[in-house]
Amino acid sequence: MKKIIYILIVTLLFSCHTDNDDNVFQVNTTFNFIHYWDDTKVTNTDFNTIQYTNANGEEMSIEKLRYLISKITFQKSTGETFVLDGYNLVDVTNGTNLSFTSTTTVPTGDYTNVVFTFGFNNDDNAANYQDLNSASWSVPAILGGGYHFMQLEGKFIDNTTTETGYAYHAIRAVDNSKTPQEFQDTFIEVDLGEVSITKEATFEIKMNIAEWFKSPNIWDLNVLNNMLMPNFNAQVMIFENGQNVFSLESITQ
Amino acid sequence: MKKWLFHISSLFIFICLSCSNESTNEYVPTPSPLQIPQFFQDNILNPIIPNSNPQTIEGITLGKKLFFDPILSGDNTQACADCHAPEHAFSDTDRFSDGIDGIVGNRNSMPLFNLAWNYDEKFFWDGKSFSLEHQAFVPVTSPIEMKSTWQEVAQKLQQHSEYPNLFNQAFGTSTIDSTLVTKAIAQFERTLISSNSKFDKHLLSGATLTPEERNGFNVFMDETKGDCFHCHGSDKNPLWTDNIFHNNGLNAIITDLGLGAVTGDPADNGKFKSPSLRNLAFTAPYMHDGRFATLDEVINHYSEGLKNSTTIDPLMKKVAQGGVQLSAQDKADLKAFLLSLSDYEFINNPNFKN
Ligand code: HEC
Ligand code: HEC
Repeated sequence: MKKIIYILIVTLLFSCHTDNDDNVFQVNTTFNFIHYWDDTKVTNTDFNTIQYTNANGEEMSIEKLRYLISKITFQKSTGETFVLDGYNLVDVTNGTNLSFTSTTTVPTGDYTNVVFTFGFNNDDNAANYQDLNSASWSVPAILGGGYHFMQLEGKFIDNTTTETGYAYHAIRAVDNSKTPQEFQDTFIEVDLGEVSITKEATFEIKMNIAEWFKSPNIWDLNVLNNMLMPNFNAQVMIFENGQNVFSLESITQ
Repeated sequence: MKKWLFHISSLFIFICLSCSNESTNEYVPTPSPLQIPQFFQDNILNPIIPNSNPQTIEGITLGKKLFFDPILSGDNTQACADCHAPEHAFSDTDRFSDGIDGIVGNRNSMPLFNLAWNYDEKFFWDGKSFSLEHQAFVPVTSPIEMKSTWQEVAQKLQQHSEYPNLFNQAFGTSTIDSTLVTKAIAQFERTLISSNSKFDKHLLSGATLTPEERNGFNVFMDETKGDCFHCHGSDKNPLWTDNIFHNNGLNAIITDLGLGAVTGDPADNGKFKSPSLRNLAFTAPYMHDGRFATLDEVINHYSEGLKNSTTIDPLMKKVAQGGVQLSAQDKADLKAFLLSLSDYEFINNPNFKN
């Protein structure tokens, strides 16, 4: 019995080997997500304390931060693309999914761009996901359905010096005052630029949380602290402010 | 590619064959996989069933008998079912249930259903117990509940005319101990699945909701109105809870620390597990301390009764005004919707009754 298994395994290994016929290897890539408030590193141990000051001058805390990353794509100069399977719900509050390794491998070589999507594009947003539903991540059908892109929550000191909650939730912008509803795409395609992959690679992606409140729209939490999901203009502003939130910190390989 | 598949499948076939040669005639109870409702299967992750305690017909039967049997209590007067009665969706009507000595605790009894879908496996209002098996250890020896000892319980069961045989059928041994008792109870508890409310039928087969129920659902889902879905599930999460801990603004001064007493983190003070909103028609009174006798009181709380404290959830908005200020119509409709989540087939299911 053991012999047969041994022979089978050896055969398997050989049949495997014949696939790699030149110096291009298929490698795994890992994406780690790290978080900053400008130059200060943020982890969940920094949560629940009012200690950050946003661009508009409000002091604030973070109590919850989770967001969705999808469609990590490697693009070649030839136009050929490799899209990694899966998506990742980064949960900073619980310190889970801070690292994502897709089951899809990519060939070693030079890429003109590595791009990921913050949130879901419209096709992906239209599908049904058991894990995301279980995480209470869905968006009500009355707002077009699909899924949240981000939930950032905490407290801030408002202009009456009262500690007040905020729920900065990003979704696809929808104008409910119109029939039929009008949508505007607010998922963000983040371009990490040119990358050369030589072997298994780990990308460190940085989110600067302060950017969500900074530019081009200086965010006034006194006005926009809650009920942002049905607020079309707020969603467009979140999309605009999100353009410079992410950056590529490093690649290790 | 096809070659690969062929190799792998032949490998599996060989492994399987080699297994069956080795199998002995050891007793195995009859597997009884959980009947997962299609609607759950389609929308949420699979339930949690530990490998060390698979569901079996004999185990479930034994667990059910134990659940309804006062033999587990110190003076043989109180069963689990006294505080977790089927007709109340396995809760009771007391604000604080009393144990065998008539001493009351400070927490409202919790209804029991869909427990296998509590993915983080944190049980009790404050999450102090991990896993259903472990939870079942607690009430038997709690001085304010069944006030027995496991030694005593194991002894009584061992001397009983039926139990040794039932344990033998369920676990292949007639030597009874606390681990096997809690395993059997957990198996029974996992079968308590509620998925046949009017609202479920609406989603599944288009059963018609009244206009009030329909508007109530919209109030529930509307961020500018009830905004309940962030914590209490939705048509996409049929558990109707996130099973996560929040402070929903019950107290300005927090005396029962809840999750905070378990984690030791002051940021968790006053946080309790969001209960499922299924079966509210049977589970009054409400909240961890049973402070609200009616759903109207609950809705008024969220609408204008919120109390501020440092750990209040950011989703509790307009706290300064007491809450979201629902109109009388929206309140009534919200209540009608909430009641449509009650599952009469569940409380009348003969499999769940003594
Ligand atoms: C005296 C009344 C009483 C008895 C008897 C009792 N319970 Fe409970 N049960 C409660 C109360 C009260 C809570 C909530 C306690 C808390 O959170 O501190 C609870 C909570 C639970 C929970 C947690 C549910 C959840 O969703 O987290 C389970 C499971 C449970 N009981 C099962 C049992 C079992 C099994 C027995 C018998 C071995 C039993 N109970 C006996 C009153 C009782
Ligand atoms: C921030 C999360 C959150 C939101 C939003 C929220 N709840 Fe709750 N809800 C909870 C928690 C946590 C509890 C238990 C609190 C306790 O007992 O200390 C609870 C308890 C309840 C209960 C009592 C159930 C029982 O079995 O005791 C009802 C009913 C309820 N909520 C309905 C609603 C409705 C209706 C809304 C919207 C108007 C809503 N909730 C919004 C978190 C939330």
